[in-house]
Amino acid sequence: MRNVGFILLVHASLERSAQVARHWAASGCPIVIHVDRHVPTADHDRFVAELSGLEAVRFAPRHACEWGTWSIVQATLAASRLMLTEFPDVGHVYLASGACLPLRPVQELQAYLDRHSKTDFIESVTTQDVAWTIGGLSTERFTYRFPFAWRRQRRLFDAYVHLQRRLGMKRRMPEGLQPHLGSQWWCLTQKTLTAILDDPNRPEHDRFFSKVWIPDESYFQTLTRRHSTQIESRSLTLSKFDFQGKPHVFYNDHLQLLRRSDCFVARKIWPRADALYDSFLSNDPAVTKNAEPNPGKIDKLFAKATERRTNGRAGLRMQSRFPRDGWENGKTCAPYSVFQGFAELFDDFEGWIERQAGGRVHGHLFAPDRVHFAGGETTYNGALSDAAELRDYDPEGFLTNLIWNTRGERQCFQFGPGDNQRICWFLASDRNARIAVISGAWAVPLFKSGRDFAAIRPEAAQLQAIEAQYLTQLRSPQVKAQVHIWSLADFVDAPMEPLQMIMDEIGPRGARRLSEAPRMVDLTGFGRFLQKLRNEGMNPYLMGDFPADADIAPRQNAGRRRPYAVG
Amino acid sequence: MSLLESYGLRLQRKRWRLRALRKRRELRAIADRTGAIGSQDVLLFCTIRNERIRLPYFLKYYRDLGVRHFLFVDNASNDGTRDYLVEQPDVSLWSTSASYKRARFGMDWMNWLLRKHGHGHWCLTVDADEFLVYPFSDTRPLEALTDWLDASSIRTFPAMLIDMYPKGRIDAVTYREGDNPFEIANWFDSGNYVFKRNDKLRELWIQGGPRARAFFAKRPERAPALNKIPLVRWHRAYTYVSSTHMLLPRGLNQIYEEWGGEKASGCLLHAKFLHTFSAKAEEELIRRQHYAASHEYRAYAKGLRDNPDFWCKWSEKYINWRQLEILGLMSKGNWA
Repeated sequence: MRNVGFILLVHASLERSAQVARHWAASGCPIVIHVDRHVPTADHDRFVAELSGLEAVRFAPRHACEWGTWSIVQATLAASRLMLTEFPDVGHVYLASGACLPLRPVQELQAYLDRHSKTDFIESVTTQDVAWTIGGLSTERFTYRFPFAWRRQRRLFDAYVHLQRRLGMKRRMPEGLQPHLGSQWWCLTQKTLTAILDDPNRPEHDRFFSKVWIPDESYFQTLTRRHSTQIESRSLTLSKFDFQGKPHVFYNDHLQLLRRSDCFVARKIWPRADALYDSFLSNDPAVTKNAEPNPGKIDKLFAKATERRTNGRAGLRMQSRFPRDGWENGKTCAPYSVFQGFAELFDDFEGWIERQAGGRVHGHLFAPDRVHFAGGETTYNGALSDAAELRDYDPEGFLTNLIWNTRGERQCFQFGPGDNQRICWFLASDRNARIAVISGAWAVPLFKSGRDFAAIRPEAAQLQAIEAQYLTQLRSPQVKAQVHIWSLADFVDAPMEPLQMIMDEIGPRGARRLSEAPRMVDLTGFGRFLQKLRNEGMNPYLMGDFPADADIAPRQNAGRRRPYAVG
Repeated sequence: MSLLESYGLRLQRKRWRLRALRKRRELRAIADRTGAIGSQDVLLFCTIRNERIRLPYFLKYYRDLGVRHFLFVDNASNDGTRDYLVEQPDVSLWSTSASYKRARFGMDWMNWLLRKHGHGHWCLTVDADEFLVYPFSDTRPLEALTDWLDASSIRTFPAMLIDMYPKGRIDAVTYREGDNPFEIANWFDSGNYVFKRNDKLRELWIQGGPRARAFFAKRPERAPALNKIPLVRWHRAYTYVSSTHMLLPRGLNQIYEEWGGEKASGCLLHAKFLHTFSAKAEEELIRRQHYAASHEYRAYAKGLRDNPDFWCKWSEKYINWRQLEILGLMSKGNWA
């Protein structure tokens, strides 16, 4: 059995790094530590003093490391060289950072490596196949030069990349190398590592990679392909990156999750996550006792975080999510139905649709007097108020809130030309809206009201103009809502088919046949009423063709025989 | 952004900073322990007036979260607030009897202290009745959050105000010193907030909640703003503009994602509506030291006499931050 040796790259939270180093050293593993030159001398000296008693600990020559640059590889190479000369009989060399934490006893890692004594564990993927690179740079990492630090000299960095793109500059890969990328944290066999360090072409490799961007993710990943006989392309270190390419940090509350990892080491650990250090820095399997490995659970957690950060919850407006027009990924969070003209044409349409389709059926949510919530409630889910002024202060916000607050329950509401029309375009452009309109049905209550005709006439004209405008919006090519429009005449002529269709759209219980028909109001004399409007000089056209004299007799007859009950 | 507009904002920022400089003369140091502040400490800034009864719980709450030093301005309290604070080892205290209103509701004093002591620190600026909750606040201290914000290059962390209220009359249960106020006021409105983006300073203006519904149903535009940016990695060039609603430079106000995703955010639970409130509202009405001619307090005093109960059957009972995040009032963003 040959020991595994650890190379530890340290640049912050030195106490924790020392704790981990001491743990590994005490377990009989040789360790080479590289301390970033940016670490103040006093801290460095204290750190070295703290580990001075340990026999198998060496300190590599210090480099000033900067993220994304060659210096990190330089430091790693120097530490590797020291490892191989000082501890020539290590079996594997494990590259770890000061923010790493072993999740399983060293014996388990040792046993595992013994079983795979010729295998190099290093994530190594060709540039065409990686999905995680940030800034859109993957192949370009190798074909351009990157002399500037991304974090400190972003402008220069970007400008130089841009310039190289413009000029079509290209670098050639050294002979025999195929660019590969992967996690910085590897575990290589002594043989492979030696071959990489002693490669006769190494000066050329180093020269090339010193101008590659983030070479710590490509130098060993590429060169291992050249020297290794057996590559297992995955990292033994659990390390997750967020959408910015920044490593996720583990905290105390991740303890149970980490126990389910199948990895030997995790990165990065928040330095003050005491419970994690207390629980895992032990070689007693009873203490570290990993639960049944379930790495999928960890993946899911972080995938969800990225999803939340990049797409967010559809239909949610909140303090830290306020999408611009078109970027909502769903203006509202769930489908809802908007009925125009139905409540006018049928008695108790709201009660009927609630019985037939379930869900929650409101009256006119945008009525001028107040919000007509289902059941006449004065407040509703989420403590929405029925005050018209509050609603009209932000009608779109009001509707978004309502749909969000009632997640899991289908919402339906009535709409009409008498309502606040500011919401119209929002409805039309929301792909969750199912809009059904019986055009011209607003005339039915006027007809039924028996009010003075002189008062009805201008109101009819106004309602028609408003509805016509709404219909124009609903017919615009930018509409995303599902829209159905029938003229009153067409609808009255054959009401069951559209009603069934609406039910099917709402119905969560699949295609159902209507068991009960809504009761249509009596339209006897309606044709005459329209004619009278015409005689007054108005042109009621939205309701379609109603014969002035016939009183739509045949349909009414049909209705009387079997009032819309269908099999 | 036009050059002129940008220059205008710059002048405005300079003006608030100058004003803070001038108003510093109104402050008298009672206990200055700022020498004890460590370079990494999270600091809390607060203007206070007659809040003695709230202080023990307030200090405990924020000490437990990981605030290392408190910087208070006492505005002429006469209920022992000052004596209590002077004795706290991690509190620095200034006192003033100058006008709260003419110090732009205390913001000039805060801006001065932030500028003097906040530079380079994560600074939390809250009122004595505001309690910060953020993602994982039950398991991760404030430093975990600020470390993460640092690593993510985020300078400001938003936390909208959630008005908490009891079930029944707000004066039905008496709040006792040291108690958790949210054991009495443990209800809130979960989904009646509206958001408007302000083009000039780019902040998101939030209104709604129980106050809008109970007091401002007819004048919604007058409902108090609930957007707050209480936690800032302070730089001496920054300045709060109006309360902690927004800052300059205005890039600091861009705490919301505009391209669909969610940024991380928290909530400030507002323990305003305890039994102490009615007396406070009456007093503030007489002092006339509050925003926009105290019309907010006028509405309260009137509304409270008629119907001092915010609770409705859709009110939500507070459990924890996870509940707020599921309800969509705050977000973990990509912090996992």
